[in-house]
Amino acid sequence: MSNIEYKASAATLDTAKPYNYNKRMEPAKVIRWTILFLGGVVMIMPIVFMMSTSFKWPHEIYNLKIIPDDPTIENYTYVLEDGRFYKWFVNSLIIATITTISAVIFDSLVGYTLCKFRFRGRMIVFVAILSTLMIPTEMLVIPWYLMAKDFGWLNSYWGIMFPGVMTAFGTFLMKQFFESVPDDFLEAARIDGLNEFQIWWTVAMPLVTPAISALAIFVFLGNWTAFIWPLIVTNDPELYTLPVGLTTFSVEQSVEWELIMTGAALATIPTLIVFLVFQRYIIRGVVMTGLKG
Amino acid sequence: MNWYRKLSIKQKQVVWAWSFLAIPVLFYTVIRFYPTFGAIVLSFQNWNLLGAKTWAGLENYQRLVADPVFWKVFSNTFIYLLLGTPISLVISFVIAYHLDKVNFLHATIRAMYFLPFMTSAVAMAWLWRWFYQPVPIGLFNNILSSLGISQFPFLNSTFWALPSVLAPAVWAGLGFQIIIFMAGLRSIPQSYYEAAQIDGVGPWTILREITLPLLKPTIVFLVVFSSIGFLRIFDQVFNMTTNDPGGPLNSTKPLVLMIYDTAFNAFNMGYAAAQTVVLFTILLIVSLLQLYVMRER
Repeated sequence: MSNIEYKASAATLDTAKPYNYNKRMEPAKVIRWTILFLGGVVMIMPIVFMMSTSFKWPHEIYNLKIIPDDPTIENYTYVLEDGRFYKWFVNSLIIATITTISAVIFDSLVGYTLCKFRFRGRMIVFVAILSTLMIPTEMLVIPWYLMAKDFGWLNSYWGIMFPGVMTAFGTFLMKQFFESVPDDFLEAARIDGLNEFQIWWTVAMPLVTPAISALAIFVFLGNWTAFIWPLIVTNDPELYTLPVGLTTFSVEQSVEWELIMTGAALATIPTLIVFLVFQRYIIRGVVMTGLKG
Repeated sequence: MNWYRKLSIKQKQVVWAWSFLAIPVLFYTVIRFYPTFGAIVLSFQNWNLLGAKTWAGLENYQRLVADPVFWKVFSNTFIYLLLGTPISLVISFVIAYHLDKVNFLHATIRAMYFLPFMTSAVAMAWLWRWFYQPVPIGLFNNILSSLGISQFPFLNSTFWALPSVLAPAVWAGLGFQIIIFMAGLRSIPQSYYEAAQIDGVGPWTILREITLPLLKPTIVFLVVFSSIGFLRIFDQVFNMTTNDPGGPLNSTKPLVLMIYDTAFNAFNMGYAAAQTVVLFTILLIVSLLQLYVMRER
């Protein structure tokens, strides 16, 4: 498949433009639309209430109004003045960013090698990496913890990040997508005198950018919301990630629900903004990984 | 670099391939395979992190089989799976089936359903925990009381706590499943439907005879994907029951929470490792079932 065909096939996967059945208004269609729309409203209601409550005074959280009578940013001021949220936010951002870059580079390098090179042991490496998909993280956390303890990685960024710097899922995904890169392109680059690393980085990688962005979104979101491993490997509040910090903070507050909702909103807003901005790419990415992965 | 120039093109490729794979092979060996065997070996030992490791043989597994909490947890884990997977798949299929036929504001409605998927499970657990609080705090009970209906116990009831914990997990996962279902529906050739319409076949028959059979790969993928998710449920339970993890009376405790407790609160590493081996076995069976069901593809 050429690059253009490949892009076209990715475009047809986009569900933004449904089939045009017919344009007549029929009662059944209006009812279907209305029910679906109301269902959508129900789906976002919890998030709406979270946002709404984060702008309410403590005495107001008991009423069901979506727009507070007397909106306040007092909760945000309180939570941000605490200072820890800022730290947790930065920790999460650094950890998710570095892990994403690392996973994208290594997963695509390994996927490319397993797809485009012919050498003895290729299948063994591929099957071995693929088989790690069946090993649940929860089985590995105990040995990882012991390993981190022995190497002094507890309470460090590296300790939180090391299990995720490569992913078997991403490797498999990228291998699938490199299949669509024609060998002729790589051969032409070889004749031009590029070495194998340059061919991968300057010729092959730009041809699979949709797959790279899909993988990047998944890895970032996965690390941004990761909970059990950061919970285990850190006990220093300075190094908590946002989800672990939010748990600690919420347990402390216990009944101050408007503050808990403010913390929850702070942990949720960044990914919601990312979604609203990159909606098309994210949905396309979900579809591509769902169908290929 | 003299030796490199003497190599044939094919040999050079092999050198490049292994130099690209060197770090990843090391990573997968040290961070994935070695710990897997480590966990299995540890499951035959007793260790509290401080003293010496002692061999326990099958003791941890015998203890597991005799532990009533384990069986409670084991059944909870499967209730999460057996409630969560069918409910979320049926709802998401129905929505996807209809949303696929909608043009007006299609992308907006789709985004509304997908939005919860982008949230963090921890934040949403606390949000729903607030919803479930009794009057006058919790949103759900406030709505019920404003309608004149008596309070609902949600997280305080040993029967209703598990479904209450499950609800946000189902809610957050729907968007993903809807998108995958819609992509699956799109991949069915339009000509099949046209042929069926010419033959005058009703919509139910089309659904049963064309849509669902051709959607099999999508359905199998989603069943396995969501089953594995529900079998590994942790974040929601941990955060919604912090005052009594897995409570009330272990009624919401899933296997992963038991593993966490045994390893990092009781420091009973060998016993926890035996529990992880059980989890691994369950997930392995689910994955193998998928391969079996999809074998003819």
